[in-house]
Amino acid sequence: MKISQMRITADRDVCIGAGMCVMTAEEVFDQGDDGIVVVIEVEVPPEHADAAARAVAACPSGALRRVDA
Amino acid sequence: MTETLQEEAREAPETPPEMPLHMRRKGFDPVPEMAALRDDEGVRQVETAFGMPAFLVTRHADVKAVLADSARFSNESRRAFDAPGAPKLSAEERDRMRAGNLLGVDPPEHTRLRRMLTPEFTVRRMRRLEPRIVEIVDDHLDQMGKAGPPSDLVADFALPIPSLVICELLGVPYADRESFQRRTGKLLDISLPMDERLELGRESREYMAGLVARAQAAPGDDMLGMLVRDHGDDLSTDELIGIAGLLLIAGHETTSNMLGLGALALLRHPEQLALVRDDPAAVAPAVEELLRFLGIVHSGIPRTTTRDVEVGGVAIPAGSLVILALAAANRDPRLLADGDRLDITRDAAGHVAFGHGVHHCLGAPLARMEMRIAFPALLRRFPRLALAVPFDEVEFRAFHFIYGLRSLPVTW
Ligand code: HEM
Ligand code: SF4
Repeated sequence: MKISQMRITADRDVCIGAGMCVMTAEEVFDQGDDGIVVVIEVEVPPEHADAAARAVAACPSGALRRVDA
Repeated sequence: MTETLQEEAREAPETPPEMPLHMRRKGFDPVPEMAALRDDEGVRQVETAFGMPAFLVTRHADVKAVLADSARFSNESRRAFDAPGAPKLSAEERDRMRAGNLLGVDPPEHTRLRRMLTPEFTVRRMRRLEPRIVEIVDDHLDQMGKAGPPSDLVADFALPIPSLVICELLGVPYADRESFQRRTGKLLDISLPMDERLELGRESREYMAGLVARAQAAPGDDMLGMLVRDHGDDLSTDELIGIAGLLLIAGHETTSNMLGLGALALLRHPEQLALVRDDPAAVAPAVEELLRFLGIVHSGIPRTTTRDVEVGGVAIPAGSLVILALAAANRDPRLLADGDRLDITRDAAGHVAFGHGVHHCLGAPLARMEMRIAFPALLRRFPRLALAVPFDEVEFRAFHFIYGLRSLPVTW
């Protein structure tokens, strides 16, 4: 049975560079030198799923979105 | 947040301010009426400290929803505040005073300004600052150790550390601190007459204008230098002055109050204090919980409705002032259980102490790092740190946009 993985997209136009995602789930997210999130779309490995879900909830600008559910 | 609030003050009538409900506190806690308001009505029409009608929003979910919606809840349209009796400024002076104030603009103008600043506040950038902050903290602890006990933790620790950090970051001569610390402290003191604060605002602008002129002539390695070098063509001189002024005020009036109040909160909870002192893994969650529990931006943050809206089931007409009660929202039972209790072991990450949405605190990564370094360093250096006066003699600073302490006498 295949367990579906969490997928997250990030909208670089919406991101305000608050870095909450990097602080919350460093393994999944990164900021470019401009401070804006560099991820566009990722599959989140199961071991980081909790942290990634918290990052989506913590993102103040609404730039991060789960697209698997 | 400070500049916007100053504007509110500037344009407000000159009545002696009555403490509005959402700013009334008992020690660390908002008064019980605030909890009742949040848990029953959620949204209520109130008067601000300056006698202007406003809708006070207290629930966590409502506060987040409003802050996430900058199209309907604007920072820019402030027509609601043109109250009679306000000191009159020429349109020109008003524009000049507003330039560069991130908190006074909406997207896309906000996005333009903010994007120039985000590179300076990335998590990675902050890590590079870490060794210097550790050094600054250690220096201040050394000085405390030499001169005391006793010591005033506000004057010797909580205020100078963030102040020196933001000065070095921005490129503001620390030698000038006495005058600008006095100015910014007073600017945010709502018990002072409006005219006096307006004058202080002008002085403060003049001071920043001098620094900006210097950076334009010879840009250094600091943030002002970077802004001039990288964005000198996109930013007007007035905007540079505004940005620098906002960062200087926001950079030390906030973190310093967190350090002072936070230390007091830990002293009142010795078993939690011991955890912060002894367990490095406890520090980051403790800082989030202190941010949540203390909710220091206690004047609430303002927005203006751009159309008729509904918040928490209450109809709010276009052009209304809306105040978001961050401290009340941080203790909302729908966010977490037993919110009136300090518990540094809980997951407090959902708090709105730094706001939410596009204006979410630019300095949050810096403030977090300063606190994560300063609290454990203080407690390890002075493991027997204790209040030097009875708790009920500690003076809270209530008539101020940012909640804090006047002084904190400690011994060890
Ligand atoms: C613990 C300390 C701090 C707290 C609790 C805090 C709180 C806040 C809050 C609640 C806002 C949002 C205001 C609104 O939406 O109306 C804000 C915005 C802001 N803060 Fe902080 N702050 C802190 C430290 C700092 C520091 C250290 C700096 C600067 C280095 C800073 C710079 C700013 C700026 C520039 C904004 C405006 C951002 C924008 O409009 O995009 N803050 N802060
Ligand atoms: S938390 Fe959101 S706003 Fe902040 S850097 Fe990450 S994606 Fe951007």
